[in-house]
Amino acid sequence: MKIGLFIPCFMNELYPDASMDTLTILENLGLDVVYPMEQTCCGQAQANTGCSHEASVLAKRFLKIFKDYDYVVAPSGSCVAMVRENYAQWLEGEEGFEHLKKNTYEITEFLHDIIKPENLKFSFSFPHKVSIHNSCHAHRELHMASMSEKNEPEFSKIKTILNLIEGIELLEPSRKDECCGFGGTFAVSEEAVSTAMGIDKVNDHINTGAKFITGVDMSCLMHMQGLIDRQKLPIKTLHIVQILAGGK
Amino acid sequence: MGHPELAEKFIANDERMHWHDKALWFVRAKRDNASKSVDEWEKLRKVASQIKAHTLDKLDYYLEEFEKNATAKGLHVHWAKDAKEHNEIVLRLLLNNGAKKLVKSKSMLTEECHLNPYLEEHGIEVVDTDLGERIVQLRKEPPSHIVLPAIHLKKEDVGTTFEEFLGTKKGNSDPTYLTRAARAHLREKFLGADAAMTGVNFGIAETGGVVVCTNEGNADLGASLPKLHIASMGIEKIIPRLKDLAVFTRLLARSATGQPITSYTSHFHAPIIDGQMHIIIVDNGRSAIIGSKDFKSSLQCIRCGACINTCPIYRRSGGYSYGYTIPGPIGSTLGASKDLRANKTLPFACSLCASCSNVCPVQINLHQQLYKHRQSVVAQKLLGFQKHTILKIATWVMKYPLLMDISGKLARAIVPKLPRSIVYSKVNLWGKKRELPPFPKNSFKELYKQRKGK
Repeated sequence: MKIGLFIPCFMNELYPDASMDTLTILENLGLDVVYPMEQTCCGQAQANTGCSHEASVLAKRFLKIFKDYDYVVAPSGSCVAMVRENYAQWLEGEEGFEHLKKNTYEITEFLHDIIKPENLKFSFSFPHKVSIHNSCHAHRELHMASMSEKNEPEFSKIKTILNLIEGIELLEPSRKDECCGFGGTFAVSEEAVSTAMGIDKVNDHINTGAKFITGVDMSCLMHMQGLIDRQKLPIKTLHIVQILAGGK
Repeated sequence: MGHPELAEKFIANDERMHWHDKALWFVRAKRDNASKSVDEWEKLRKVASQIKAHTLDKLDYYLEEFEKNATAKGLHVHWAKDAKEHNEIVLRLLLNNGAKKLVKSKSMLTEECHLNPYLEEHGIEVVDTDLGERIVQLRKEPPSHIVLPAIHLKKEDVGTTFEEFLGTKKGNSDPTYLTRAARAHLREKFLGADAAMTGVNFGIAETGGVVVCTNEGNADLGASLPKLHIASMGIEKIIPRLKDLAVFTRLLARSATGQPITSYTSHFHAPIIDGQMHIIIVDNGRSAIIGSKDFKSSLQCIRCGACINTCPIYRRSGGYSYGYTIPGPIGSTLGASKDLRANKTLPFACSLCASCSNVCPVQINLHQQLYKHRQSVVAQKLLGFQKHTILKIATWVMKYPLLMDISGKLARAIVPKLPRSIVYSKVNLWGKKRELPPFPKNSFKELYKQRKGK
């Protein structure tokens, strides 16, 4: 099984440790993981701003770089959703696209669906209260957990995986899947709404009594951490890989 | 002003913004409970969506069938290609019947057509009889929500409004007291009316009748007292058969307010004795939307408002921030379809969280429509030169990994050394209320290379 490691552009530049944790988790499973050096960005910011031409350029590049791996794994629900849910408009019919679309996974989802929980063992404990952040694209596009709006059975791939760790206590905010307001370029183009949503979401996480907020999208966490740092609030964000890699 | 600026104004009053958010979240929570009380909820949504899609595909057929059956029942059917024709038909009907006083139950279509000011200019007294609509009408405001027109107002605001217009006691904002005052006031208006208008929730092609759903019974009272009843209906309100109606009535009120059904679900299939009933079928830009692959399904909307209640942006920016007759996700897609230039900020008044698409009882892919409208904004060069240029440059850099690496390295080396006043200057919108993450020394790629080199 050959895995192409896809690290979102901003994580590569700003979150090298969490990116490295992603690699570590996969390598600890004995998987053959390669980080293709020519990768840059999936084009999500362009696509979500309506810049279809620019997004298509990056989508085509992405396909070329990643099409020959058995799986593509990334520590980001929204970048994976970009590939699986939005690339078709530019890549439908292109050689290798169906394979790429089917085999691109967010890492928690990959652990849950492909490796399977019964084959996972974490040799450390994480004796902390952790509030789950269900980021929208992982949640509603990748369907990584049951959605509050739908009449469907309860499940959460994130909780299933985290519950394998000894001592961890998982909590959820009262509005368990309300958007935090990051939204890509929305964070600046609608700055007032974005930050209002963010503060409300952070406070909802704080009210669970948790010490940490965790989720599968560093972008949402970066937005919330930015608000937490400015207001010096008593909670800290951790990407899920930072817990899964050993919970320092 | 676009949505971001109007939203910022609404948010500036933090206490009221949070009150507004909580009031609407309460409605969303009631909707969740109601939808979960129906085991086949998701199936119902699917069937409703299929019925609506089918009807839109054969709309010419069903509209003509509706006209034929309605006419056979003694109803008069009129066709209006736009708002102007609609308003002229209403005025002509009123004048022909010597009607000067009109009572009107809720109809977003008449809002869309700006009927009230048109009629008032022509000497007609128009009284909105839905309580919420009457409140905003007295205040000379448009509705801020399609189901809860006065949701932006607190009971104290209603108290002062009624004090001014209905002569209620100063400082009394007791809801029962105010409702009774409104009731007495509206009774007078109903009894004195020469004509009534209603909207239409569903027009049934098979029977030629229309169905109007209200909680206050105001449509029924209006349609039963004066001898002239005019119902305005968008072309998309048609459903094929009477038995299809049950699918929609099960979804509508649960989605809108969490009630199992609206208090009144009234079927109008004939004029009252010695009376006349007219139905005006209005296009006003809808046909053009039917012709667009990406946005056609927006016409499946049954105006429940669930997407508006769940929208985390709407709850925090208020209905007026959209500057369009219908706010929230459904208004943003309809508004963008109608006039993209005037409504160019609306597709971006959305974080693409997709909650709206999940609550929609007829499965409109609302967030995907807003995503698609953004592409039209760019294609029509309405994005703004600066934003587009930044993304063009970023894309160019991202085509060349080396260039990207150098840019990243420079940023990581320079930004931490800059004084805070420069990093957090006015142009940094991110930094207005948020800190930037600390810039690390190395990128992941650099660490990965170093590790491989060992």
